Amino acid sequence: MLRRMIVTRTPADVRHLEADVLIIGAGGAGMYAAIEAARRGAQCVLLVDRSLIGRGGATVMAQMTVAAAVGSGDHWQHHLADTLAAGRGLSDPKLAALLCEVGAECILEMDAWKVGWARSGNGFAAVQAPGHDRARCVYVDFLSTGPAVSRTLRAQVQRVGPAIRRIGEVAVTDLIVQDGTVTGAAALHVATGEALTIGAGATIVATGGLTRLYARNSASLNMSGDGYALALRAGAVLQDMEFVQFFPIGHLAPRLIGMDPIMWDPFRYKLGGRLLNGAMEDFLDRWGGDAENGTYSTTRDLATYAITKEAEAGRGSPSGGAWLSFTHVPEAELRGAFGPVIDRLAANGIDLTRDAIEVSPIAHYHMGGVRVDTSMRTNRPGLLAAGEAVGGANGANRLSGNAITEALAYGRIAGAEAARIAASGETPAFSPAAASDATGRLRASSRVVNTAEMIARLQRLMSTEVGPFRTASGLARAGLALEAMRAEVGDAPPGVSGVPHDLARLDWFDLRQMILVAGTVVQAATARTESRGAHQREDFPGTEEAWRLNQLVELRGETSSLSRLPVAA
Amino acid sequence: MPVATLSIHRGGLGDAPRRDEFEIAFEAGESVLDGLRRLRIARDPTLAFRYACLNANACKECMMLLDGKVIYACTARLEPREMRLDPLPNKTLLRDLATIIAPPDERLDRP
Ligand SMILES: Cc1cc2nc3c(=O)[nH]c(=O)nc-3n(C[C@H](O)[C@H](O)[C@H](O)COP(=O)(O)OP(=O)(O)OC[C@H]3O[C@@H](n4cnc5c(N)ncnc54)[C@H](O)[C@@H]3O)c2cc1C
Ligand code: FES
Repeated sequence: MLRRMIVTRTPADVRHLEADVLIIGAGGAGMYAAIEAARRGAQCVLLVDRSLIGRGGATVMAQMTVAAAVGSGDHWQHHLADTLAAGRGLSDPKLAALLCEVGAECILEMDAWKVGWARSGNGFAAVQAPGHDRARCVYVDFLSTGPAVSRTLRAQVQRVGPAIRRIGEVAVTDLIVQDGTVTGAAALHVATGEALTIGAGATIVATGGLTRLYARNSASLNMSGDGYALALRAGAVLQDMEFVQFFPIGHLAPRLIGMDPIMWDPFRYKLGGRLLNGAMEDFLDRWGGDAENGTYSTTRDLATYAITKEAEAGRGSPSGGAWLSFTHVPEAELRGAFGPVIDRLAANGIDLTRDAIEVSPIAHYHMGGVRVDTSMRTNRPGLLAAGEAVGGANGANRLSGNAITEALAYGRIAGAEAARIAASGETPAFSPAAASDATGRLRASSRVVNTAEMIARLQRLMSTEVGPFRTASGLARAGLALEAMRAEVGDAPPGVSGVPHDLARLDWFDLRQMILVAGTVVQAATARTESRGAHQREDFPGTEEAWRLNQLVELRGETSSLSRLPVAA
Repeated sequence: MPVATLSIHRGGLGDAPRRDEFEIAFEAGESVLDGLRRLRIARDPTLAFRYACLNANACKECMMLLDGKVIYACTARLEPREMRLDPLPNKTLLRDLATIIAPPDERLDRP
């Protein structure tokens, strides 16, 4: 049963769209899913994004590298071994294998689609990122990887033609569930402020991560963890929510504009670059890292630990991080590695031959997410997930370069499966009655409150109490504060519906999701009384073999409940 | 700290044009977008403008007029003077500084 795209009005006078496959989020995962679903015969793929298509999320911002076994002598199983080692015992090996194997195919397909991977000799140029056993990370120079990936996929989506309908400024606020099956979604059309419903044979959550929960983050406005909340409320299971990756050398000072805050990493790959404390001393080896000797070998979790601890010991840089210095690198070599970026830095008043810059950990990626099988299906019929929204492959710590690969690979797999489900006709037709709660919320009105301030408050709370280093008391404070915020937010959005580009109202819908998702991070972090990868408990500093478990979160009524499961074999 | 005075176009399509002025203290190097985001948190959460990527200058959503010239709010810097912000003139106004910039075939209502 394939559906035609029709636009109607439901009895409640809410605009309604129908699709075979609905894809929520048009980043790398969503766009690849759309292309694949159409390739597998779906005739009406609806790709929506709360922002502009291909520009709203992390994919377009990723300036660096993509890990894939595409070099001569490499094999995806080598990549898998490194991925599992980085995951600190918590990765789902089957999902990780898909990332590495299908990911490599996607990287080659992207090459055929002319993404422009940098070349070296007969093959791709590649750098060796920490945790990889060889140079495995391909890139588009200079700092253009993400924009090139986004542009290429968007062009490919367009090439598919009318089978894929793209609509921006559609923020999905709820999934619709009928007898346990997901039949579509309700959304806020941000441009007009109107409510919208969408019926679909299969729905893919491709909404990316949750780093907007933190005050200092590398993400876009749109990374509120919406997909986790949508899935949870629809009855799907989340896993590994305690594992938020902090990127150790996020730009801290001086204020730098026009560049993503994690842009220093590729230059660390290419040139080494020295991490120094406030007294300009090497310090990584003090905290269990390698004495790097000008190379770049420290993994993200260790570097985050070392920089934070060194600053806590009173030996940080002036703004409370560490110095990153390339001053020992000859100018010609700097120019060779940084290319035109040198000029963008100069416009920011930074001369790398002379100046060190300050860096510190920044919320960057979420290892946890929606629990799926190897076809990217959740436990809820009709609902799939793809990309960073999925948990499992990267366990307790993600290797650099694995996230874009994950987005592409899982997008492709989810798109194929969604097309199959839509064609099977197993999903019941969308019923407006099942969406009445969601559309009621979208059209409700309430007094105006400062939701922007509340989001800023939530971000400070998460940074202070639920950052890379956690304690029972800090987590308890966070839990209580989130409860209070839940009450403060109330049941209806501020203002009235139908106001164009109403950010205060959008913030309310975001807060509703952010508070729920932050709560699951706190809950899982509280229960995990050990330290592992990105989850470090100051009160439980050791890694315990007995904790080689994934923690799962489900929603029972209004409260989330936690359970444990041995890691999949 | 230096202080910028942001004079901002307010209102939607068909509303009588109106301006609000906000004084905002800033640290050297901060962007106009930094200032606008802070205004929403501290002064007026109803202020409408577009952005996604905050820093990376990747989403290209934050285009607006500064003193009549098209800028990216995330790369133009705050300055200690009056800065006039207006929506893009050649795009349909949504509200305040936000306009319809999505390509026509990526809108809910295709023209
Ligand atoms: C600055 C930065 C640099 C990075 N660099 C690298 C790198 O070099 N290499 C690497 O491998 N990884 C990198 N990562 C991580 C990687 O970019 C992401 O994990 C990956 O791109 C995620 O892709 P995605 O498609 O799952 O999600 P995204 O690309 O984030 O897309 C999700 C989309 O969903 C939309 N959305 C969210 N909620 C809703 C909703 N409720 N309704 C509708 N739409 C919604 C968003 O607007 C967004 O467009 C980086 C991340 C950042 C932030
Ligand atoms: S906010 Fe993305 S380009 Fe300015």
